[in-house]
Amino acid sequence: MAALVRYDEVEVGTELPGQAFPIQRVNLVMYAGASGDFNLIHWNDRVAKAVGLPGVIGHGMFTMAEAGRLVTDWVGDPGAVVEYGVRFSKPVVVPDDDTGATLQVTGRVRKKLDDRRVEVEVTAVSGEEKVLSQARAIVQLV
Amino acid sequence: MALDESIVGRSYTAARPYEVGREKIRDFAGAIGDANPAYRDADAAKKFGHGDVIAPPTFAIVITRDTSGQLITDPELRLALHRVLHGEQRFAYTRPITAGDVLTSTLTIDGVKHSKGMDIVSTRTEIATVDGELVCTALSTLFHRPEDDS
Repeated sequence: MAALVRYDEVEVGTELPGQAFPIQRVNLVMYAGASGDFNLIHWNDRVAKAVGLPGVIGHGMFTMAEAGRLVTDWVGDPGAVVEYGVRFSKPVVVPDDDTGATLQVTGRVRKKLDDRRVEVEVTAVSGEEKVLSQARAIVQLV
Repeated sequence: MALDESIVGRSYTAARPYEVGREKIRDFAGAIGDANPAYRDADAAKKFGHGDVIAPPTFAIVITRDTSGQLITDPELRLALHRVLHGEQRFAYTRPITAGDVLTSTLTIDGVKHSKGMDIVSTRTEIATVDGELVCTALSTLFHRPEDDS
């Protein structure tokens, strides 16, 4: 592993550069194809509403992937992410229009661990809702 | 009908090994909009110390599709994909998934709970090379809304 971030140069509270990820229906279609997750609630409004959702929602795994980019962009080597976990606290509703939804992602170093590893906490917000909770990655620094 | 504890310990093994291809990684990285060269350029990945292009951290979900599909379609569980919501996901890696890996996976049901009319099923999927090297453990929690006719 060869991360670009040095363990000695980060502190608890060090912020990762925030990013905003636009999510449109086409992104859900692409993710469905690439991941093989064709659950109807991610592309079919009729079925999404029938099961009690406000409309089509993004794949939780897509949100997790986008939020993870904050960490991999920061560290450089994606292989330096040795653990990554999230709780999907709210769905990301993606309307069928030209705007879609936006995922605002921020992150900070939560803990410095042994073996030059750090725990990073990621916050992902869409609309006013926190869509992930306990989103944390353990990252091997150099 | 709600799920009960009798399903804890039930396990499913991938029908066939999954061969990780460079182009599949490129497609997946494209779908998540990630231009990291470690996903596309073997030389860039090698500079980071990897043997070939590596997969994004959430790519392991693709490998688990076989066994999670078996779980969802197990007739004895009576789940339905559109009544399933993903509650939690965690990946722990011993090393990154790398192009050329031939991986097998086994999913085990770790627990069943009930809350607000939902079944909460926790699963653990171990992803290993066909030679037995553990690469990733994926922990999932699924919320399942049982059919109304229960």
